[in-house]
Amino acid sequence: MISLTDVLALSGILFAIAVAGVFLNRKNIIVLLMCIELMLLAVNFNFVAFSRFRGDLAGQIFVFFILTVAAAEAAIGLAILVVLFRERSSIEVEDLDTLQG
Amino acid sequence: MQSIYLMIVLAPLIACIIAGLFGKKIGRLGAHSITILGVGLSCLLSFYVLYRLTFEDMAPFNGTVYTWLLSDGVQLNVGFLIDRLSALMMTVVSFVSLMVHIYTIGYMADDDGYQRFFSYISLFTFSMLMLVMANNFLQLFFGWEAVGVVSYLLIGFWYQRPSAIFASLKAFLVNRVGDFGFVLGIAAVLRYTGSLDYASVFAHANEIAAAQIHITDTMSWSAITFTCICLFIGAMGKSAQVPLHIWLPDSMEGPTPISALIHAATMVTAGIFMVARMSPLFELSETALSFVLIIGATTAFFMGLIGIVANDIKRVIAYSTLSQLGYMTVALGASAYGAGIFHLMTHAFFKALLFLAAGSVIIAMHHEQDMRKMGGLKKYMPVTYWTCLVGCLALIGFPGTSGFFSKDSLIDAVGASHRLGAGYAYFCVVTGVFITALYTFRMFIMTFLGKERMDHHTQEHLHESPWVVTLPLVLLAIPSALIGWITVKPMLFGKFFEGAIYVAPVNNVLEHLAEEFHGPGAFVLTAFTAWPVWLAGLGVLTAYVFFLWRPELADAAQARLKWLYTVLSQKYGFDWFMEHVIVAGARRIGSGLWRFGDQAVIDEGLVNGSARTVGWLGSVMRYAQSGYLYHYAFAMILGLAGFLMWLIWR
Repeated sequence: MISLTDVLALSGILFAIAVAGVFLNRKNIIVLLMCIELMLLAVNFNFVAFSRFRGDLAGQIFVFFILTVAAAEAAIGLAILVVLFRERSSIEVEDLDTLQG
Repeated sequence: MQSIYLMIVLAPLIACIIAGLFGKKIGRLGAHSITILGVGLSCLLSFYVLYRLTFEDMAPFNGTVYTWLLSDGVQLNVGFLIDRLSALMMTVVSFVSLMVHIYTIGYMADDDGYQRFFSYISLFTFSMLMLVMANNFLQLFFGWEAVGVVSYLLIGFWYQRPSAIFASLKAFLVNRVGDFGFVLGIAAVLRYTGSLDYASVFAHANEIAAAQIHITDTMSWSAITFTCICLFIGAMGKSAQVPLHIWLPDSMEGPTPISALIHAATMVTAGIFMVARMSPLFELSETALSFVLIIGATTAFFMGLIGIVANDIKRVIAYSTLSQLGYMTVALGASAYGAGIFHLMTHAFFKALLFLAAGSVIIAMHHEQDMRKMGGLKKYMPVTYWTCLVGCLALIGFPGTSGFFSKDSLIDAVGASHRLGAGYAYFCVVTGVFITALYTFRMFIMTFLGKERMDHHTQEHLHESPWVVTLPLVLLAIPSALIGWITVKPMLFGKFFEGAIYVAPVNNVLEHLAEEFHGPGAFVLTAFTAWPVWLAGLGVLTAYVFFLWRPELADAAQARLKWLYTVLSQKYGFDWFMEHVIVAGARRIGSGLWRFGDQAVIDEGLVNGSARTVGWLGSVMRYAQSGYLYHYAFAMILGLAGFLMWLIWR
């Protein structure tokens, strides 16, 4: 039988992978977006797990909302990405330092 | 009666507004008609009020016309206090003002600012009437400042002349120094009595007398002395007492009618009037009265001396005014308030007369004011000559003239006083009589008698002034000569000022003199047994010898007493001191504060400094902004971790 701890550990591992991805990835901005999605999924895992083990459906309903928002976010993120590529013909993270002070 | 009082004040104001705002439309004739009508109306009504108060024993009026504001229990009103003191002042002010209005038609005939001038003098009359009719300190202060403003405007009337601008500014600034003390005095009155109304302040006068101002734990100062000296400093500014007298001689830059009205007859006596009005307060402080006495005596003596060396005809009379104001102040200091006010009244008539006569001479001389270029005017201007002679005799106190009654009784009162400084004051006023006679007749002889020293062109055009100029001279000469006979008994020794002026029984020198008074005729006769009359005669004789009979003696004396002449013609260095020490010092402090306080601390330190600090902080902080996304993410994660740790281990 899978216990709550196992699920939480999985979600923790997923989150850590996502964070590592943000830091380690120096190349592709799409990977960055994917890492953010992965963080959201890790959080969702937590919601679902707590909901399942506490017998409270509210958590799972919340996950639906988060997924919806994540989808919208991904759509906007990719759209920006397309515009960015048209503008600079590159999506490498190293090149995107115009915020530098 | 209340509507009469209102009309007395408002008639000149309305006339002033009409002449000032619609001067172009109503023209010269309209401007002088309306203002003379306004002032004439106040003059008539003032006479009526004085008559009712004096002969029909009408009760004094003390009432509020309008409540301006009510704040924390202090009520600020516009109100009138009409007793014999204020009625007398109203009559003198409006009468002299009326004379000056008529005179101005002739004097300013060729001036472009004709309507403006009439508007100003009407405004002055309004302000002065507000001052004397006030029943509270605030309204007194309003009138006080308003006459100051009009005086400023009129000294600088010929605003194209730099010297006039300088003189008007000087008068204004010196008066600010006095007003500083005056405002402090009023504040002290409010602090100790909680009211600004005369009646309630005087009712609480003993509370001020009982209070002490603690400077340190062991040092304290009587509150009444402080209050009275502060109020008197205000009077020193307005009434031109040493050392705040320096503005008055310079104020002669203004047109002559103004010198007569404002700087001789009325405004400068506001300080005297104020002290007399505050007699219930001043009577409680022996120290303050001694201060008044000594300042007055110094002014009376030393300013008169300068009159001997001045060569500008108006300046001689200006120094004489200073000296006579000193006399009035001495009377106040000796607790002889009645004598001070009496001298104020007679002085208003004969000094206005002298100034207007000088103005008449100046018109004839084509605006030449140097007496060394005059002489022998007697045969050209007989009316001016005779009226001026009456004025001069009144000024020196020739027995029988109004000036004689006021000055002689004033000197007697000082002699009877035992206050600290009374001996010095008595010496000053008695020798002052000789000096007065000397400079007065020096001026008179140099102007009207002796050789004709003017140039040929002026001499051809010499003629008597028109009737609008000579009529006021005659009308002023009559009271100058005669008013003493009827007023000396009630005003000095009678109960004329009863209820208006309070004198403590111990200090009442006039009552002491009253025992020896047996009518004005006897007063004239007994005067011949006393010093002052003979000293005045000696002064006239000296003037005759030095300036008419043997003029070379005057030059010889000037050469022998060169140091004295230098000191006097430099006016004891007061002007130099004020200009080079006080004014220059103030400017240096000002520029120091500007450089250090404003430029260094505020501009450089606070304003530019804070901007620079922010800029520097930004230039350091920008190194943290790499622009790389993962750096920001890293910072966020670190922050998150930090918060988590804080949550767990707090």
